Amino acid sequence: MGEKKSETTREGADLRHADAAMTASGVEDWFVREVLPLEAMLMRYLHQNWRNKSDIEDFRQEIYAQVLEAAELRIPERAKPFVLATARNLLINRVRREQVVHIDAVPDLDALGVVLDEPGAERSAIARDVLRRLQAALDRLPPRCREAVILRRIEGVPRAEIARRMGIAERTVADHIAAGMCALADVLYGDAVEMRGDK
Amino acid sequence: MSAPEFLDAKQLNARAAYWLERNDGGCGEDEQAEFDAWLAASPAHRAAYWRLKSAWSHASRLAALGSAAPNRRLLPLGVKIAAVLAVVAVMGAAAADYLLAPRDRAYFTSVGGRERIAFADGSQIELNTDTAIRTRMTTAERTVWLDKGEAFFQIKHDSAHPFTVIVGEHRITDLGTEFLVRRDPGRLEVALLEGKARFGALDAKKKSPSALLLPGDVATATAGTMFVTREPAKKLDGELGWRHGVIVFKYTPLGDAASEFNRYNRQKLVIADPDAARLTIVGTFRTNDVAAFAAAAKSLFNLRVENDGDEIVISR
Repeated sequence: MGEKKSETTREGADLRHADAAMTASGVEDWFVREVLPLEAMLMRYLHQNWRNKSDIEDFRQEIYAQVLEAAELRIPERAKPFVLATARNLLINRVRREQVVHIDAVPDLDALGVVLDEPGAERSAIARDVLRRLQAALDRLPPRCREAVILRRIEGVPRAEIARRMGIAERTVADHIAAGMCALADVLYGDAVEMRGDK
Repeated sequence: MSAPEFLDAKQLNARAAYWLERNDGGCGEDEQAEFDAWLAASPAHRAAYWRLKSAWSHASRLAALGSAAPNRRLLPLGVKIAAVLAVVAVMGAAAADYLLAPRDRAYFTSVGGRERIAFADGSQIELNTDTAIRTRMTTAERTVWLDKGEAFFQIKHDSAHPFTVIVGEHRITDLGTEFLVRRDPGRLEVALLEGKARFGALDAKKKSPSALLLPGDVATATAGTMFVTREPAKKLDGELGWRHGVIVFKYTPLGDAASEFNRYNRQKLVIADPDAARLTIVGTFRTNDVAAFAAAAKSLFNLRVENDGDEIVISR
């Protein structure tokens, strides 16, 4: 995943810590409310414009990191153009770094005009069928993983008790639940196929 | 733990999920400090963590559905998808050009068009842009003439009814195959994807070479020559991009890429500058999206693009 700032000094880290503590809740709210609902569109954009599919999850992560880094200084007025511009710049930079030019990597941002013109469309779509998506996500989990997730999140059973009921180690319960968390987020926010039907 | 770690998205998500699971289940003070430091260390950490946390908090709503019993199948999604696909397949078969061709028939596509023809024996032919074929399907023979353009053949082998494609002076005889035939002025190309086929002169009495094509083979014939090369399967997949409405370029000179686009579109791309025409590109485009191609060429190579409606002229 490209170059990240590696030489953050100890002081630097502390400073960031303080900043983050001051603004975290506001930025987190903004991120959850404004940025995450754009994920399906973002994934669609990345899939359309980048051939190496194994890069895309890393790109998403990098884009979110850049968006948050900027938002922690000042929250952008409009999330969607900001996220898309960040995505586009990332692709362009990646393209420039490669020896052979992947010309498909940078179509005009105008090509995304339709979504740009509907502020909030993604958000309401997510709100509308969040349950349907979660159901689908849950159903796609491997059986043991699903069972652990249901016991924990829906029935509120503690980890130790889940381990006892399922006859597995606590550590394994934690792994199942962690895997379930990732899968639920991917379907809830990133499932481009389902989003397309909602447009 | 407080310095940003070099993790790819999967590893980072796994780490974020680890913390979320611990926080959700209640973790000790030591761990709390460690977690705070981890979260503060990088916006990438915060993005991953907040994303999972938000999705996880939504998940509690599932309880409202009362479908949480672990032993019950919540949503037989796979079954639903299968059912939908079955319905689509049935409708598709009814709606498709499912033909019991009487004898001779002709099919064509115009510039930018694409057509799939399904035959009663299960064979299929897909026509690319600006293509014309004629077919003769009788109890004794299955013959297709490719008069111009490009077509992809998926042929059900039947030794009692050999399948032959005739292109100008050449003949391709199927031995149970998938193959692609492209006819340009003065040049014929046959790429074999699966099975076997024989490629040779139409006039069997002529002592001209014929070749048995195997998967990956690409035979190219011009007026007096014929040669066969073998290409990796990936490259051949690229040549079939049009079946999904895309063109795939792999180290293709801009000039060749423009001609390829021009097969599909009435608005023609002109690369006015020989230097520009030699720049090579790698990429995938929608066949009808000349504008995206021109815009990309402009921004990446700093080329000039002029669009007068009929033509898009690209120059330095």
